[in-house]
Amino acid sequence: MSNLLDIENLSVRFPTRSGTFEAVRGISLSLGKERLGIVGESGSGKSMTGRAILGLIRKPGEVTADRLEMQGESLLDASPKRMRAIRGKHISMIMQDPKYSLNPVMTVGDQIIEALRTHEKVGKAEAYKRALEMLDAVAIREPERVMKLYPHEVSGGMGQRIMIAMMLIPNPEILIADEPTSALDVSVQLQVLEIMDRLVRERGMGLIFISHDLNLVAGFCDRVAVMYAGRIVEVCEAGKLHEAKHPYTLGLLNSVPDLERPRPRLEALQRDPAWREAPSVSAML
Amino acid sequence: MSQPEIQIEGLEVFFGDGPERTRVVHGIDLNVAQGESYGLVGESGSGKSTVLRALVGLVPDWHGTMSVGGESLQRLGRSKEFYRRVQMVFQDPYASLHPRQTVDRVLSETLALHGIKDGVDARIDRLLEQVGLGGGFRFRYPHQLSGGQRQRVAIARALAPEPKVLLLDEPTSALDVSVQAEILNLLSDLRSEFGLTYLMVSHDLGVIGHMCDRVAVMQTGEIVETLEVDAMRKLDAQHPYTRHLLDSALRSAGHEGMGEAQRSAG
Repeated sequence: MSNLLDIENLSVRFPTRSGTFEAVRGISLSLGKERLGIVGESGSGKSMTGRAILGLIRKPGEVTADRLEMQGESLLDASPKRMRAIRGKHISMIMQDPKYSLNPVMTVGDQIIEALRTHEKVGKAEAYKRALEMLDAVAIREPERVMKLYPHEVSGGMGQRIMIAMMLIPNPEILIADEPTSALDVSVQLQVLEIMDRLVRERGMGLIFISHDLNLVAGFCDRVAVMYAGRIVEVCEAGKLHEAKHPYTLGLLNSVPDLERPRPRLEALQRDPAWREAPSVSAML
Repeated sequence: MSQPEIQIEGLEVFFGDGPERTRVVHGIDLNVAQGESYGLVGESGSGKSTVLRALVGLVPDWHGTMSVGGESLQRLGRSKEFYRRVQMVFQDPYASLHPRQTVDRVLSETLALHGIKDGVDARIDRLLEQVGLGGGFRFRYPHQLSGGQRQRVAIARALAPEPKVLLLDEPTSALDVSVQAEILNLLSDLRSEFGLTYLMVSHDLGVIGHMCDRVAVMQTGEIVETLEVDAMRKLDAQHPYTRHLLDSALRSAGHEGMGEAQRSAG
């Protein structure tokens, strides 16, 4: 079976006054019909990886790769027009904070319908009906009422579910979720994740789940790639995370306060400069 | 233990005027003993941060009685002594530090405001030392600091007037887990070193369980349950909302949830 995404030796660079800053330093990964988690701290390059796939790195930022292919089609060589067609239709991205990613002057319904009609030739009535069904699928009650609301009139959890509805309605093959729940409360977080999980599973999509929360990712993904300073330091099966060996992965696991196993002190992560220089581990299938 | 450090009785807070006036906190009672670390949990909009804001006088419209260290509080305005005694650390270190002031300026202004004139220089060095930042950070601007370093500066600023009470409003929720661990360790160390009293707001039960002795669970402006942290660890909660929170926290931490059977039996 061919992969949905193949990435080899991807780098993202930004020129600065004090030389070039490499946000992503030569990572390789591929995505099948699976859920791949990318974990790391802020600044580890995990979000930049997601944005690079979608061609969302702006000048003067620079993306290079030996291969960046979606089902055999090179994304690096795609024209801006082709990229616009790919975004949404084939690859969608859910951003962190619904407050900043929904259009504040457009009703929820209009935004979802726009997302659908940009990528598919459907009549207004049909689009309305499908938007309603989609809202229903993300467990929003009274979808007719919600369609008429503006983003500021909905709660954070609801906003994020609307984002999910909007991103999934063109039926993309790949979904990139960049910290989709970190702006939400714990009690809502789980609900949003469950909805996302169900839809991804039902539609047989590939998911890249970007998060700093290792435990959350482990419970939710099939494979986990741990990033540090722009490189992948470890890749493991999500179920075998407790067998992880890299000190950085262990450090991340140990720094979370655990409700059931209290400790007098949390282990602060000791960073080893050698981790930066170690070659990137490949997450190719 | 004689007098509680923080005493709140029948606190009601209102937002808005005239017909728009809505009650957002519905008569809560809270006692925090001296040297205790007390947690307030609940989801966004439950009123937990509002309680802290009412304490420090940032909310004009409230009823009930509140006292800190035996001093009972007026509707608005707090005495100089109050602000020396009580300091607050805010959620977002990116928003709570002045972008055009150096760390040195932030700290020396705080000291000046509290009328501390002698040995300012040495004090700033000591404050930075206490929060684990070296003197090299003294003349940096916030944009030259990472999130964790900024939060350390915010904590140094709170410590400047040598307070007895720290009000912590989600102090780590904007930070990475690895940095969160460092900040939580720092807060624990400072508490034992200076005998501080903490009133901490968070939606993360793991953090609250790690830091606090007692917890009050808030929902829609009311305290639905107060419990000892040990009881919380044993998942021994009475109120369905507390159980729901515990369940979510455990499941998102990758543990098995309590499950429906146990939930209805509990």
